[in-house]
Amino acid sequence: MSDLAGDVQPVEKRPAKRAGRRLGPDVLGWLQAAPLTLVLVCFLLAPIAMIVAVSFWGATEFSIYPAFQFDNYAFLFGSDVTYRVFFATFKYALITWAFTLAIGFTVAYFLAFHVRSQPIQIALFLLCTIPFWTSNIIRMISWIPFLGRNGIANSALISWGVIDEPLEWLLYSDFSVILAFVHLYTLFMVVPIFNTMMRIDKSLLEAARDNGASGFQTLLHVILPLTKPGIMIGTIFVVTLVMGDFITVRFMSGSQRANVGRLISNDISLLQYPSAAATAVVLLCTVLLVIGILLRFVNIRKEL
Amino acid sequence: MEKRPLSFYVLAGFFALFVLFLYGPTLTIGILSFQGPQGGLTFPMNGVSLHWFRDLFEEQAVGDIWGAFRRSLALGLMVMVTTVVVSVMAGLAFRKRFLGSGLLFYIAITSLVIPSILISLGVGLIFNQLGLKVHWATSGFGSQLTWTLPFGLLIMFAVFNRFDKSYEEAARDQGATAWQTIYHVVLPIIAPSLIGVALFGFTLSYDEFARTLLTAGSYNTLPLEVFGMTTNVTSPVIYALGTLTTLFSLMIIAVFLFTVWVMGKRRARAGSDAGKGV
Repeated sequence: MSDLAGDVQPVEKRPAKRAGRRLGPDVLGWLQAAPLTLVLVCFLLAPIAMIVAVSFWGATEFSIYPAFQFDNYAFLFGSDVTYRVFFATFKYALITWAFTLAIGFTVAYFLAFHVRSQPIQIALFLLCTIPFWTSNIIRMISWIPFLGRNGIANSALISWGVIDEPLEWLLYSDFSVILAFVHLYTLFMVVPIFNTMMRIDKSLLEAARDNGASGFQTLLHVILPLTKPGIMIGTIFVVTLVMGDFITVRFMSGSQRANVGRLISNDISLLQYPSAAATAVVLLCTVLLVIGILLRFVNIRKEL
Repeated sequence: MEKRPLSFYVLAGFFALFVLFLYGPTLTIGILSFQGPQGGLTFPMNGVSLHWFRDLFEEQAVGDIWGAFRRSLALGLMVMVTTVVVSVMAGLAFRKRFLGSGLLFYIAITSLVIPSILISLGVGLIFNQLGLKVHWATSGFGSQLTWTLPFGLLIMFAVFNRFDKSYEEAARDQGATAWQTIYHVVLPIIAPSLIGVALFGFTLSYDEFARTLLTAGSYNTLPLEVFGMTTNVTSPVIYALGTLTTLFSLMIIAVFLFTVWVMGKRRARAGSDAGKGV
């Protein structure tokens, strides 16, 4: 190790020097990446390892004890609640994905290709991103006056004569859960798609038009394929955020709907940590599998 | 200028609806937080008053929200500074391939996509088993970094992908050391992006809920306090709190954006072309 350390100094001063070429860049890179690595090891890898370990432990009503048993997994896979809840989780992810993609793509397309002045483009883009920097919980709460039994939506529909009685399914239902997801996470589609669209060479669009393509054909055959990387990055964000969520589902469904995250948080509140850990391991594997598939379609580092 | 096609107006309408969808609910609770003392959680307004804001300042009515605010502020600043420093260092490291860089990158991505509750649960379990007390400034701080650092890293990738290396080469050709090159050339050029990283670091921490749920210990941060209120407070006082924290977030965003803007102006005035590399 002292050899490595000894090489650092000359390399830092003269990066071009040939002598340290094999070893030097690695050491400098490690030093610069060390703080990040430290945080990720302590607060990401160690917790994951801990969860995996605890998922084999046993639990009494008040405490947990180290063991190596498959009871937690056996119980998890033996219960049809698990399958229903996983199904619900995928359902939320898929529906939210479809809506955020449709809305996000349209918004990004408008900003990138229809707004001509750059200051206005930047201003409108910021307008879209500012809510991202405010509190998600407050943004969820803010739907209550809209969707409640005597909320704005119901009062408006009644006064317009569309319905006679308040709709019950507006709040505390799948509808409100997905509405909140779309409200919270569409930005995660808009930003990467807009970013990719801004990098499309405008002369390609002219070429398409010169060759007689209609606006819609250009959109479908030129812009859409070139925007795929942005769509993939947005998809990764939205899918993982929805699949890992527990708070939106709990709050917006008034605890009447469940997803995997809620299964975990319920176990936690009952102090059933080993059972929560087993569910968490299965959830993590599922999410990583989905992301692994999505990453095959996009090189994130190149697209930023 | 050529005439706008019909599609422009359709899309502009769609965009306007989207903005309304984004901001409408927040504006609604902004208005409802001025409910009269007898007012409820929804319209109609039962008079107009500052009653619910006054309630916020009376500790017994809502619990320790000012303490929670101070903790969230302190934690946000800690996370912000750490995120900027660590992301820049990691960003510099990733400009060259080093042994293990691919692995570290995938771990960072995992950190970004892992369900937040797993971090909360895992860190909580570790502290529990080691016999340590969870506290917002230790376990909470570390847990939040697993969310802000990958964001900072991705921004640094975006920054360095657009970075013109000839500035560095010029500095080096003139005899600058590696450290001088970074301090006098690289950092000033990427400074506006660093403000962006800082904004992400602060706001993501200030609003984080899931990762601090089991790691904040007995002293709540503001989002935890707000969430606690949702289960046992059924008066517009929660709207008043929501309005105040949102205003605070907007103020922070405005300060950051203003700083970037001033930096841009200064550069333009100085006639320096440094910013063009970004």
